[in-house]
Amino acid sequence: MQISVRRNHKTTIFDISGDIDFANSPEVRQSLLREIRESRVPRVVVNLSGVRYIDSSGVASLIEGLKASRDLGSRFILFGLSTAAREVLQLSRLLKVFEIYDSEEKALAP
Amino acid sequence: MMALCSNPRMLATVRGAVEPLAETLGFPAAQCRSIRLAVDEALTNIVRHSYGNRPDRPITLYFRSARHRRGNSTEQGLEIVLCDHGPAVDLDKLRGRPFDELRPGGLGLHFIHEAMDTVEFTRKGLTNRLRLVKYLAEARKDV
Repeated sequence: MQISVRRNHKTTIFDISGDIDFANSPEVRQSLLREIRESRVPRVVVNLSGVRYIDSSGVASLIEGLKASRDLGSRFILFGLSTAAREVLQLSRLLKVFEIYDSEEKALAP
Repeated sequence: MMALCSNPRMLATVRGAVEPLAETLGFPAAQCRSIRLAVDEALTNIVRHSYGNRPDRPITLYFRSARHRRGNSTEQGLEIVLCDHGPAVDLDKLRGRPFDELRPGGLGLHFIHEAMDTVEFTRKGLTNRLRLVKYLAEARKDV
């Protein structure tokens, strides 16, 4: 699993690739929370197009990112969900809780 | 049979074996993914709760072809048994959290129950044994 971050003054984009599971979800959680709290931008975007698998601990990391963003008044947006990732969020009854788009272009639209 | 240690790094290895096995048995792609998820979550629970994140404890998985008589027909399926030697599990804690709470944690058990037709926990001697079964025919939940 790899995480990289792109930043500008209004948006932080996390590009995550690989599988998110119990072995590495603490790294995802830590990276999301640290960046969200330090950058305090109005929009946080997570690119999941390279994520082939996500388990409940990965979903928990996304929930923590969502809550931290809400606490700071930021939007927390996901895009590029694979079929597997979408199924897991569906099973978690979270598809309507997260703001989700198909593409980066739509995620970054005003 | 797979003999593993409780290091979270082995999760990817098991996922890489379970999905093709389910495919080989004829499960549709979505069910292969959900079986993979269920086994991954069950292993994660063993690592976290049974072994308290200790990475060197033994876990054994058994895979068997399952058969179930239903009326005049026989359902074929996949049975997966996960064994560990952690402390006895408190069955009252084997429940997921309500979905209406937006908080991390507690989803893994829901995923397991959603994916599998049978989820059966037993303790034999010093061994915790979790039996998961998925049938190829239209799912019928064992209560």
